[in-house]
Amino acid sequence: MKSLLSAFAALILLTVCSGYSEALDKKEIKLENGLTIIYVQRTGLPVVMASMLIKASPLYEPAQKPGVAYLTSAMLTEGTSTRIGLQISKETEFMGASLGASTNSDFTMISLSVLKKDAAKGFELFSDVVINPVFPESELIRKKRILKGSLLQREEDPSYVVEKRFMKELFGPQHPYGRLVSGSPDEIDRITRTDLQEYHRQKYRPDHALLSVVGDISHEELVALAKKYFSNWHAAGSDGIKKADAAIKPLASTKAILIDKKTTQASIILGHPGISRSNPDYYAVSVMNYILGGGGFASRLMDAVREKRGLTYGIYSHFNALKEPGAFSVEVQTKNESAEEVLGLIKSEIRRMRTEQVSDSELGDAKSFLTGSFPRRFETSGKIADFLVAARFYGLPEDYIRKYSSYINSVTKQDVLRVAQKYLFDANYVIVIAGDKAKMKLNDVQFFEDVK
Amino acid sequence: MRRAVFFLFIVLILVPAALAAQSFPVTEHTLANGLKVIIIEDHKSPLATFQIWYKVGSRNEPEGKKGISHLLEHMMFKGTKKYGPKEFTNIIQRNGGMDNAFTTKDYTTYYQNMSSDRLHLSVELESDRMKNLLFDPKELNSERNVVLEERRQRYENDPQALLYEDVMSTAFMAHSYRDPVIGWPSTLASITREDMFDYYSTYYSPSNAFIVVAGDVDPSKVTTMINEKFENIPAAVKRPRLSVAEEPQQEGPKRIYLRKEAELPYVVMAFHAPSFPHPDSFALDVLSVILSGGKSARFYQSLVLTQAVAVDEFASYNGLYRDPFLFIIGGTASKGVTAETLVDALWAEIKKVSSEPVAEAELQKAKNQIEASFIFAQDSNYSKALYAGMFERLGSWRLSEKYLEGIRKVTAADLQAVTRKYLVEDNSTTGILVPLKKAEQ
Repeated sequence: MKSLLSAFAALILLTVCSGYSEALDKKEIKLENGLTIIYVQRTGLPVVMASMLIKASPLYEPAQKPGVAYLTSAMLTEGTSTRIGLQISKETEFMGASLGASTNSDFTMISLSVLKKDAAKGFELFSDVVINPVFPESELIRKKRILKGSLLQREEDPSYVVEKRFMKELFGPQHPYGRLVSGSPDEIDRITRTDLQEYHRQKYRPDHALLSVVGDISHEELVALAKKYFSNWHAAGSDGIKKADAAIKPLASTKAILIDKKTTQASIILGHPGISRSNPDYYAVSVMNYILGGGGFASRLMDAVREKRGLTYGIYSHFNALKEPGAFSVEVQTKNESAEEVLGLIKSEIRRMRTEQVSDSELGDAKSFLTGSFPRRFETSGKIADFLVAARFYGLPEDYIRKYSSYINSVTKQDVLRVAQKYLFDANYVIVIAGDKAKMKLNDVQFFEDVK
Repeated sequence: MRRAVFFLFIVLILVPAALAAQSFPVTEHTLANGLKVIIIEDHKSPLATFQIWYKVGSRNEPEGKKGISHLLEHMMFKGTKKYGPKEFTNIIQRNGGMDNAFTTKDYTTYYQNMSSDRLHLSVELESDRMKNLLFDPKELNSERNVVLEERRQRYENDPQALLYEDVMSTAFMAHSYRDPVIGWPSTLASITREDMFDYYSTYYSPSNAFIVVAGDVDPSKVTTMINEKFENIPAAVKRPRLSVAEEPQQEGPKRIYLRKEAELPYVVMAFHAPSFPHPDSFALDVLSVILSGGKSARFYQSLVLTQAVAVDEFASYNGLYRDPFLFIIGGTASKGVTAETLVDALWAEIKKVSSEPVAEAELQKAKNQIEASFIFAQDSNYSKALYAGMFERLGSWRLSEKYLEGIRKVTAADLQAVTRKYLVEDNSTTGILVPLKKAEQ
């Protein structure tokens, strides 16, 4: 496969809060308990999608309990005051529906996909797992075991190994973005049932939650369902957990880590601190990064490393623009023998980005892709539902959807050069490479640490 | 990239009758040169997908040239007289679209997702590269290296994916399904420009292809556009090779081991099984959902939760292969659990299905899951077109209706019958990943 799907998925994530050329016809409902519901009616297919965003993530967890946000969300469907875990999965799957929660670096999302005819039952289960989870001890023991097993299995994937190490080195092990969202195996072990109950009590509250509902459901039907299943939800106490300190300590020199692995290919990640989603330069950076390595086959890195030299299946650069500044990174896999050549090419493309203006055609192509691909980000009800709550979480303006094109189109060549000089570094990188040390001739790289 | 592999399974298992379960209007017509065009209308968003399917995959490849279908797929992006290398994708992206392609054992598909008012670009570019490909020798050499990197990334460096490929190669003795789509380093090295050109002129013709368009389109306008650009392309220059060796009956269990640097043992068990529209294919599909269709399904409840012998598990059956393929089950063993223990536990679950009838509610749940996932998949133009294409490859997109009918009729007795018939030791190929510690290599 020539597949670039994963890269495009990443690009879409980066710009999850970008707009639609025509505004979505959205309505807002507010319940008395403070729950905000954003709603778009979409007929034509008998399905309903609901997404609830909870401010629960490594950014909002007690420093001594890393991983508690993730484990809390993973346990929501494992038992409530009236249903055991198996009942929840059986009832959900009998409808052919899906109900699950996931936690990323910034927030927790609970998602329901259900056929229109089963919407009421779907809402009943959805509200039950959000409001009444009991975190049974027996299920917690199982969940921890499964989670630790999956983390171990993921160590077989060289990309995971280098990404994990990169985040740790870049942000530091205490930083909310520097550790595993799920917690490490040791951290997972330290979390107790009481921790989950307490975290749920503080973080899962209607006045801080955002719910979006998209699909074949009328306004009246939605209001009735929302009142029936969510109006008895009340905050159980105050939220005493403050947002974590997310300041990044800049590196004084390049830090390169070599992980010796008997693989035929080296997995490489190179990067440095990036920007937050609220950075006003976000749009100029999107254009700049599209040209550098975010634009798939339209990017300079893909051209230099794959198209001109056949040295990789794919190479991508990415600004992970989160609530707080995330990482800038370039990721690539190449045969061990080419590792040094590819590293050199990455550095020289970054340097060129910082020293020369991009061409008119590069700028035009990047803008026309970024603006022209917008409608595709809103193709399905599920994508729209996720967008609506994420946009609110990241504080995007209400007219954002209409304005996005103008934000992108106002970026000039001078802007691209300016943000390249400001947000791309020419030194002080974090570099992590996993590969066969004997075959990689890395003469130019001084390794800070050599992991056997 | 194992996830990608298994994700594909899930999609294939759970979707086929989507077309039957809803009412998006479909029109079809065939050009004089044999090119069939299927158009599915959906006006929810101003978007469309264009897909062109060539009825060729690794199944058709000659010995010694394994991987040529996929390498040709890569070369399709490397330029014609009119549009140079990179131009195809640049034009699509400049217009806000995305394009890609994939090669399977049975077919090669190219697609573009974009605004529906840009469909003419697909028509122009795909009609051009159906017959005017250049095969610049320099580009061919570079792309061969790209494919070797793809091979390292997706297979060589992923022990679970490698075991899966090993099991395929062991389960099939004669049929070309035994070879990986990506080929072998030596066969990739042996493919010449002449081989490529010969393969291209044999299989890339209007009569060996079909087009699926889905989205916010006017069928008569799309038809006119496609006719104009494709009708002058002559029908096949060469006749496709038709003979593919039939797989003989397996007469005893097979077992292989793979020793690689890994963290946990991993098991893949494959059983030869018929493909749709064989009457047993419906029960096999339902069976895969009974075993592994979610957290309430048997494998997860028993192997992962209760017995704690696995951290993940799967059962997959894709009945949409051209020729009989496989019913595949397996999982990753928990830390401290041997592969043998997991193999025994998997067999115990199979024995349970063959000895006790599945309860009515459990059967109904599986059927509901299959039907509902068909409907959910309809939200995306790409997946709508994909399912139509998979059935069309088997003869007609209309077969999807037959599929859901078949699923609805499956009984508990059918599940027992197919389990006893196919999920038996003499029909099994078991692959075991033995994790090596770093020092042992």
